[in-house]
Amino acid sequence: MKEKIMSLSEKQKKLLLRIAVSIVLFAAAFAVQKLTDLSKVFYLLMYLVPYFAAGYDVLIKSVKNIAHGQLFDENFLMSLATAGALIIGEYPESVFVMLFYQTGELFQSIAVEKSRRSISALMDIAPVSARVLRDGEEIEIDPEEVTEGDTLIIRPGEKVPVDALVLDGFSSLDTSALTGESAPLDVTPGSKLISGCVNLTGALRCKALCEYENSSVAKILELVENSSMNKAKSESFITKFAKYYTPAVVLAAALIAFIPSVITKNPAEWVYRALIFLVVSCPCAVVISVPLAYFAGIGGASSKGLLIKGGNYLEALSSIKTAVFDKTGTLTTGRFAVTEIIPAEGLSEQRLLALAAGAEYYSNHPLACAIRKAAENIKLTAPDSVTEIAGQGIEAVFGGNRVLAGNALLLRNGGIDFAARKDDATFVYIAAGDKYAGAIRLEDTVKDGARDTVFALKKAGIKKTVMLTGDRRASAQKIADEAGIDEIHHSLLPGDKVARLSDILAKRGKREKLFFVGDGINDAPVLSLADVGIAMGALGSDAAVEAADVVIMDDDIKKLVTLIKTAKKTHRVVTENVAFALGVKLAVLILAAMGLTNMWVGVLADVGVSVLCILNSMRMLIKEHR
Amino acid sequence: MKKTYKLEDLDCANCAAKMERAIAEIEGVKRVTVSFMAQKMVLEADDERFDEILQNAVKCIKKVEPDCKVVM
Repeated sequence: MKEKIMSLSEKQKKLLLRIAVSIVLFAAAFAVQKLTDLSKVFYLLMYLVPYFAAGYDVLIKSVKNIAHGQLFDENFLMSLATAGALIIGEYPESVFVMLFYQTGELFQSIAVEKSRRSISALMDIAPVSARVLRDGEEIEIDPEEVTEGDTLIIRPGEKVPVDALVLDGFSSLDTSALTGESAPLDVTPGSKLISGCVNLTGALRCKALCEYENSSVAKILELVENSSMNKAKSESFITKFAKYYTPAVVLAAALIAFIPSVITKNPAEWVYRALIFLVVSCPCAVVISVPLAYFAGIGGASSKGLLIKGGNYLEALSSIKTAVFDKTGTLTTGRFAVTEIIPAEGLSEQRLLALAAGAEYYSNHPLACAIRKAAENIKLTAPDSVTEIAGQGIEAVFGGNRVLAGNALLLRNGGIDFAARKDDATFVYIAAGDKYAGAIRLEDTVKDGARDTVFALKKAGIKKTVMLTGDRRASAQKIADEAGIDEIHHSLLPGDKVARLSDILAKRGKREKLFFVGDGINDAPVLSLADVGIAMGALGSDAAVEAADVVIMDDDIKKLVTLIKTAKKTHRVVTENVAFALGVKLAVLILAAMGLTNMWVGVLADVGVSVLCILNSMRMLIKEHR
Repeated sequence: MKKTYKLEDLDCANCAAKMERAIAEIEGVKRVTVSFMAQKMVLEADDERFDEILQNAVKCIKKVEPDCKVVM
């Protein structure tokens, strides 16, 4: 308890002290009133001491805000209610309500501050300093002063300040703050370092690849900061509701104070009931209930390596009915392996592999990488020029000699005469000059956990799973069967994916949402078309981070389940908070109108409910233990 | 132009909503969010008049909650 008090801000400490003093004064006044029998004016003056001690700032603020034209201000309503209680002679009640209100405000500010801090701590990835080598001397500078090409020294325990390339040294990196992955990542000379990771074991000498504002960590932080821009519908609804709620309740209070008073000729009783209305008319508990839950949900998700760009996406994710997957890199590892080399007559396997690997020399396509890997032991010549034809393959020129490497369509368009393989694998066809040179068979493997993920998603309420792929039917079907996917759309060119997704979107029910998950490469239009576009394995890929609504930092497909669960949990917390806050307020209003409750219950319905909503939202931050 | 400002001593959630509504009505403001939880304001407004708009936004904030400070 002592520690808790120590961590309060100056403002909170002052308020706490004032509350304590006011309680003592109030108790003293109460005792005096019970033990003596003096004039009413004397008691009023006596109670005014703790009243002002506890609430002078509320009174000052309310006067200021009225001057500013803020009619339905929380402070004003509270001042009016307590002043009203004093006028009708409810002295102890008035002071007590003011005290209670201030105590609640204090609790609320402590709880919000605490939750805000714990959520910010989850995103504590910003580097504080960078160590650079300038003129042979090691100096410590602000990460923002690092320029591209600087030589960085990163010691164990320090954060990688900007994205960098390792020149010297071996170490392990803790990437957990970015990816949620707890296993350390080993790095060697030539490895690319992502800013925000923590160096664990050995000192590294690196080259800065960019300036701070373009580094991964700056982009991620910007994304998180801007997530409050995209508000969930329920959040906009609740703020709009609050706009009308307060005037409505105040109006009701006015009616209750006047009409029955005139009829029953018992104004004190009805004015008292109206004052309870004023206390309950503060909308803060309701207004805080929704954004807090989304804030906590997004914060909790980011600690698991899931970046969500706004409450609206988290809201949509809770009612996903269709899951659309890109195949390569999402359902499958995207790491192809050459399983067979089928040269045309008169050509050796070695020669065909060399031709293909040479043509794919500069390509980053997963198939190209696999072919180059298979040709590791062959000395390759780089082509003079290459043209990449999206969705088809590569046309490379070696000293005037044209080599085609790609799918059947590429060769057919190139006027090559050959027979396409009818097999359930992926083939890269090669032509040299104008002659068919052979085919290379590659196979992609389904990711560990892909099948479990698809089943878990179904259990979580997703009705249909769809896979989009450029593969031909047979190989697409094989992967779909292995992963447990319901529907496939195969043989798609990158441009076709958008059209297919539009079809699927058109067919779904009105309130049913759809997500598309891809690796973010080449599928930016699809990502933005889906209700929620999820980019996977996007750490370090700017294009994907930009286009997606949700970014899964590593390529663990099981995180999709975590994402949907987080969304559902957030939705549940939001519903609970709104129902609870509105329900309690409504109940107190009804009881107050019937004269069955008193003022301090009204305060409890406001600040007490806020605190409970905050605590409920904080459940989102509790890590699930496996 | 879009800029983010930290808000100090923004004490109530409804005040944040009120500020947001008031600032959104300033001429030249394209989009604004006042987040109680993040204690931040994200303001998107016309480039040429940004400073003037910002000053007006600060006035709106002071009107709703006099204690609240905008950190520049």
